[in-house]
Amino acid sequence: MTKFVQLLLQTLTLGSLYALIALGYTLVYGILRFINFAHSDVVTFGAWIAFAIAGALGWASTGSPVFAMPVVMVLAMAASAALGFTIERLAYRPLRKAPRLNVLITAIGVSLLLQNAGQLQALFGKDPVKMPRLLSEAPLFKLAGVQVPWVDVVLVVLTIALVIALQWLVFRTKLGQAMRAVSWSEQTAALMGVPVDKVVSITFMIGSALAAAGGVLYGLKYRQLNQTADALWMLLGLKAFVAAVVGGIGNVRGAVLGAVLIAFIEVFGAGYVSSKMPDLFVFGVLIVMLLFRPAGLLGTPTVEKV
Amino acid sequence: MTALLEVDDLHVAYGGIQALRGVSFAVDEGQVVTLIGANGAGKTTTLRAISGLVKPTRGNVRFAGKSLLGVAPHRIVARGLSHAPEGRGIFANLSVEENLDIGAYLRTDKAGVAKDREHALTLFPRLRERLQQNAGTLSGGEQQMLAIARALLARPRLLLLDEPSLGLAPQIVALIFQIVKQIAKEGTTILLVEQNAHMALKVADVGHVLEVGTLVTSGPAAALAADDAIRKAYLGVH
Repeated sequence: MTKFVQLLLQTLTLGSLYALIALGYTLVYGILRFINFAHSDVVTFGAWIAFAIAGALGWASTGSPVFAMPVVMVLAMAASAALGFTIERLAYRPLRKAPRLNVLITAIGVSLLLQNAGQLQALFGKDPVKMPRLLSEAPLFKLAGVQVPWVDVVLVVLTIALVIALQWLVFRTKLGQAMRAVSWSEQTAALMGVPVDKVVSITFMIGSALAAAGGVLYGLKYRQLNQTADALWMLLGLKAFVAAVVGGIGNVRGAVLGAVLIAFIEVFGAGYVSSKMPDLFVFGVLIVMLLFRPAGLLGTPTVEKV
Repeated sequence: MTALLEVDDLHVAYGGIQALRGVSFAVDEGQVVTLIGANGAGKTTTLRAISGLVKPTRGNVRFAGKSLLGVAPHRIVARGLSHAPEGRGIFANLSVEENLDIGAYLRTDKAGVAKDREHALTLFPRLRERLQQNAGTLSGGEQQMLAIARALLARPRLLLLDEPSLGLAPQIVALIFQIVKQIAKEGTTILLVEQNAHMALKVADVGHVLEVGTLVTSGPAAALAADDAIRKAYLGVH
């Protein structure tokens, strides 16, 4: 029972991380039909910039004030939103009318640039660092013999809050309506007076802010931040991407569902089947999904126009 | 008095292909002007150039005296020009209601929007029954009605209608043209692009015939409808 509860808790925390990252992939795909390969690097940036901000504010050592975590979180999300805006504006917008393959290759280029620029001594450097503890180490409560730490609760609650906020934004606001209109047809949306460029910019900023939230929470939970080009970041982004695809890329609810499913398979696969190859289960699910339900769990099958 | 819309020597090329080779015409306030012609004559391209979706290689478009060249499509809408794209140009992923909402995207006068929405639903009562439905589930005729209703919600000075009869059954076409006539009677200036010359010339005041990117004939709609050459080429009369 204890093991089961422990695995369930792991599923929830990991699933929350994947969800925050998967939403960025799915939002950008939904609106521009393109996979932003640099998205996982925005996650990395979010984690590292949070580390830098905490250091600059003098919260690198223990005993930081209670408001340290929210402040660092908000600043890191804002910085990453600015990064997302800049990437779209400089790298992707000039290619808006180019074939999608060109944009895809550009995204890979942006990803490499961010990975390598991040290692510059002037930025984050080449050595791994330890994220300061911004949350209490004491467990918040005990559940069936499992100690539930603060960070896990914050992670899950914050993710749920952000997902609800995003859901509200996309389906209940004028901006969300414009986003969905642009997603269907950029040109028709423009004919209605929707400022398409602005809507795309905002979408990138939202996706990047969510990615940063994922990055910061990752740092708070696992503490160690590897250098920006480390394969671990890429794998984190890749699994979140798998979650977005499995859930039905372009679908907000699907991304969350896919994230929880992927985390469940990874955690329980490692817990009860074999701890040596959790990634095998994750990518196995992707292959099965692509074979039998390529549009994903909640995606609607589309016919590509020729 | 200057015309509401002036199209002057408009040239548009897609890659190396010349779609428009010097099209000039004007639309006066209160008029219904139609561009008729065969598939590929450049009718839709003309509308797309006016609303800013394609960049002309030469020529000019002026609306209410001001050039529209280089103005982004969403800013052209703000100037009072609303374009109902052909057939399936609705947002199939939004509900009928949301489609109408987005038609009024730039407007801030809530009361005015509510009034115009009510009026559009009176013109197209079928849409009222389907407000909560996903627009993608509408029939072809209903989608066309939605495209027109949505364009009206911008409260345009000039309404651009692209092939409202495309792919629709004759009864539906007749119904839609009846409503277009009604909209014109209420004072909206209309530029109508149609393959169905018969219907278009019935509702229009002035007609222009477009052939491979150039205007070949222009005149009062009634005169065009009576013209032997046009009757043979476009009205299926032998």
